[in-house]
Amino acid sequence: MADSKKVIQILRAIGSKIEEEKDYLTKLDQPIGDSDHGINMARGFGEVEKKLDDLADKDIGTILKTVGMTLVSTVGGASGPLYGSAFLKAGMAAAGKTEMNVQDFLEIMDTAIQAVQQRGKAVLDEKTMLDAMIPSLEAMKAEASEDAKTVLKKGVEAAWKGVEHTKDIIATKGRASYLGERSIGHQDPGATSYSYILEVISQQI
Amino acid sequence: MKKFINETSQVENEMIQGMVKAYPKHLKKLDCGNVVVRATKKEGKVALISGGGSGHEPAHGGFVGTGMLDAAVAGAVFTSPTPDQILEGIKAIATDAGVFMVVKNYTGDVMNFEMAAEMAEMEGISVKHVVTNDDVAVKDSLYTVGRRGVAGTLFVHKIAGALAEKGGSLDEVQAVAQKVVDNVRTMGAAIEPCTVPAAGEPGFTLEEDEMEIGIGIHGEPGTHRDNIKTADETTDILLTQILADIDYSGSEVAVMVNGSGGTPLMELFIINNHVADVLAEKGIKVYRTLVGDYMTSIEMKGFSISILKLDDEMKELLDAPADAPAWKE
Repeated sequence: MADSKKVIQILRAIGSKIEEEKDYLTKLDQPIGDSDHGINMARGFGEVEKKLDDLADKDIGTILKTVGMTLVSTVGGASGPLYGSAFLKAGMAAAGKTEMNVQDFLEIMDTAIQAVQQRGKAVLDEKTMLDAMIPSLEAMKAEASEDAKTVLKKGVEAAWKGVEHTKDIIATKGRASYLGERSIGHQDPGATSYSYILEVISQQI
Repeated sequence: MKKFINETSQVENEMIQGMVKAYPKHLKKLDCGNVVVRATKKEGKVALISGGGSGHEPAHGGFVGTGMLDAAVAGAVFTSPTPDQILEGIKAIATDAGVFMVVKNYTGDVMNFEMAAEMAEMEGISVKHVVTNDDVAVKDSLYTVGRRGVAGTLFVHKIAGALAEKGGSLDEVQAVAQKVVDNVRTMGAAIEPCTVPAAGEPGFTLEEDEMEIGIGIHGEPGTHRDNIKTADETTDILLTQILADIDYSGSEVAVMVNGSGGTPLMELFIINNHVADVLAEKGIKVYRTLVGDYMTSIEMKGFSISILKLDDEMKELLDAPADAPAWKE
């Protein structure tokens, strides 16, 4: 499915996508958060981009761990520790690997999403990035015997469906929870940025 | 956006450098980033660290000094500092007595400080913390992440800082910090928003005749919008909600009328005039009053009122000498 070189190519594409959607992600964060999700994510992935050249000959685990450390130290807010922990744990799950197949990819995603759950102490239906992450992972696992393209296509569909669903629920975690019922109707920025990331992986595979 | 800044990307860095240059006897900046520590490290005591996003000046760097904090970590404007940055602060001030973190209750702050504490523990440093949540504008229920930490946090810095300076143990410092958290309540209001430099436009807008009641220190929405009212009427709204949250009757209190950055002292004193009258009427004795910009929200025109219910221990620690640039005796 992907070797180290491919993983680096994907990470570069994620960085470009986040930069492209920076203003949109920030705008989504305005009514229910603190108007910085796009700015913070773009800063973090901008720093990741600078490190990718030096990682070309490393294993996938090292690459993902470096991304995690970089995000932890540059993103800030709540997204920093959440995405940072996800990539750090993903890196541990991919330790030593220079190639991954669909099975490896699903295990890595599983570990990463569990890390987000642990760090954020959140579950499904709290209007967080998990509302895109968990359904997409389940959809991908259900297609695990298919080829990578098909698996990811299902994952991306489920992720965006999850994003749509965040509009209908009341936030009970994160800054949006202060708004209570007033958070209904707004789409979760974290679920959105995750869906972009998965979409980029799917396009690059 | 009209501001006296240079590059938006340099706002935090230049602010910290300017603060340290203003108070070289009190403060120094760590080379690794926007972390301010005491100019002279004191060994043997529990070391206090706090911080959060920038934009709250003089908090938190202005409260680094004898009898208060040992370090303050400044993140990007209104964005929590990162774990590696907090860890550098912890390592710079750590003593055998341990490190105590004062964290305001925001999802990002709590996660980043917890991650830093886990990393510090791995390096053999004992770390404990308290999470402040004094804002009564936000409901503390199963369905929220709990109340926000706002200006009342300053009382934790002062009182826990005084106990640490006197030689209190890590557990004792934590206990007194928790006691302050349990006894302090705050609520604020604003009539004009603030603009995060990197965003370039205000986080919210208010019409000429509108005010936001229960606003947070990052300009987050409060309980409701209302037509603008007089200082006394606004103060009454905030005080009613604060005094209903814990039983202050017959007690002695410390009062803080905190400016949000764009409110003149003239108005803060007008507010305090009514706060003092209302408390006197209710038989609540004001032991100590602080009026000024302590925990700001850049240039927001707003204020908050904090009321801390005191006991003998907190009174003594509140009165203990402190020498930090922004703490006025």
